[in-house]
Amino acid sequence: MFDLFRELFSYDFILRAMIVGILVALCAALLGVSLVLKRYSMIGDGLSHVGFGTLAIAMSLGLAPLQVSIPLVLLAAFLLLRISENSKIKGDAAIALISSSALAIGVIVISLTTGLNADVCNYMFGSILAMKQGDLYVSVIVAGVVLVLYILFYNKIFAVTFDEQFAGATGTRTGLYNMLIAFLTALIIVVGMRMMGAMLISSLIIFPSLSSMRIFGSFKRVVICSAILSVLCFFVGLVVSFVLDTPAGASIVIANLAAFCLFALIGFARGRVLLGTAEDKSSDEAA
Amino acid sequence: MGKALSCERVTVKYEAKYAVRDVGFEIDAGDYLCIVGENGSGKSTLMKALLGLVPLHDGRVRYDGFGRNEIGYLAQRTVVRKDFPANVMEVVLSGRMGRHGIMPFYSGRDKEAARENLGLLGASRLAAKSYRELSGGQQQRVLLARALCAAEKILFLDEPVTGLDPLMTAEFYGILSDLNARGVAVVMISHDVESAVHYGNKILHMKTAPLFFGTVSDYLKSEAGRTLLNAKRGVAVDPLADRAGTEVFHV
Ligand SMILES: Nc1ncnc2c1ncn2[C@@H]1O[C@H](COP(=O)(O)OP(=O)(O)OP(=O)(O)O)[C@@H](O)[C@H]1O
Ligand SMILES: [Mg+2]
Repeated sequence: MFDLFRELFSYDFILRAMIVGILVALCAALLGVSLVLKRYSMIGDGLSHVGFGTLAIAMSLGLAPLQVSIPLVLLAAFLLLRISENSKIKGDAAIALISSSALAIGVIVISLTTGLNADVCNYMFGSILAMKQGDLYVSVIVAGVVLVLYILFYNKIFAVTFDEQFAGATGTRTGLYNMLIAFLTALIIVVGMRMMGAMLISSLIIFPSLSSMRIFGSFKRVVICSAILSVLCFFVGLVVSFVLDTPAGASIVIANLAAFCLFALIGFARGRVLLGTAEDKSSDEAA
Repeated sequence: MGKALSCERVTVKYEAKYAVRDVGFEIDAGDYLCIVGENGSGKSTLMKALLGLVPLHDGRVRYDGFGRNEIGYLAQRTVVRKDFPANVMEVVLSGRMGRHGIMPFYSGRDKEAARENLGLLGASRLAAKSYRELSGGQQQRVLLARALCAAEKILFLDEPVTGLDPLMTAEFYGILSDLNARGVAVVMISHDVESAVHYGNKILHMKTAPLFFGTVSDYLKSEAGRTLLNAKRGVAVDPLADRAGTEVFHV
């Protein structure tokens, strides 16, 4: 066991992946609680697909991936939020359209330029080898920004997540905080995408909070538990992927899935909430 | 007492249909306004318009002498996911948010106020419980406590006693009167007309457009008021058993 860790950390690229991954996992879990509870999980998914499209374009033009992706994905976050705020039902469909279109554009651009090669596969499903020294710095800065803003605005984020109507009526600028959540999510997705894969990054956002909600009944506990769980699953997934020689992104998702099953079982045994996030009936037609 | 809230020609449309039309009135800092009217007469929509939660098609709303962050509000229905993990204290504390400006965290004073208001509503025992595990009436009490926390200058309530038991209902009207006596303006939508004319000092009777606005004594003499109160006495046996949607008023 000890030897395994020593071997693991003797590789520079694994160490880098570890640092970036832990930061990304932590931030994604924090934001995920609000995204899941506000039914914005689709936005996370949409953003990662848009992210893939922008990476593909950057690659084919020979530009630096992050510099191209960050502004474009931020723009997409703005648009997706607008869409899902305006019309709840059609919003879902619109987001699905945007995300599959972005994916298609990415694939076409790649096949016309560099061709569908191993790099593309890496973008789709992630690779820890993708983390370069420069990415490390960017990730640390982005994660730092996300963490600080999240902690500073924690209470507002709770208020806006729990009851946007009340928050808005009593003077909280709900639009601003929704935008903040979407922007921070966009940043984290861009940074984490190449390691986790465009197809898999959204699970990092959704799984930890869903798992924590099985057991805990207070927002603060769910947030803290999600953060810890997410980092733990990332670590376990990465180690497993090293030992079994499986892809890192997928292994991390599987670790999250296992944790979810475990939490759901515990929650079920404790008779707290029944499994499945049943749509609440009272949420339709607010008078 | 100075003006607290004034509005003119407030009009709200949902698609092509008028929900609220040409409403104008003024209330003072010490007023207790009750809004009555049948189902679908635009009461909730008017309140949302006053709070800036729905866009105005026409007209304007003005608050005098205080900001948005000094308003308390209880919606007719609060849309919360059934499995939302939040404990009661977190919910009630969020009512104190407006007072903070840029300060990110709650102070001891905030927690004290939250506990006090929970106590007023007889819900102290619930403080550490998870909101999703409460009964409907208990949830209503918690949301009322949150509204009280936020109400520094004015309190908007949309059918606040829905789901409360008769004892709590009576007690709650008492709490409102005390609050009102301390100078907080109250705007309450209610189907409980008898309590409305008993506790309130002004009445707004809605039917998309206002049928009546004025003092309670004028209302009792008016056509609209007499019809509604008579219908009420004919239909409902117990005024406290009043719920939205369980009876139809004929005005
Ligand atoms: N979100 C909405 N979209 C479209 N129409 C709406 C919406 N909300 C309300 N309406 C319509 O506006 C009108 C006024 O509704 P409102 O909720 O203000 O009535 P209300 O007086 O509060 O009724 P109640 O006593 O049942 O609470 C109704 O005819 C209703 O059908
Ligand atoms: Mg109503």
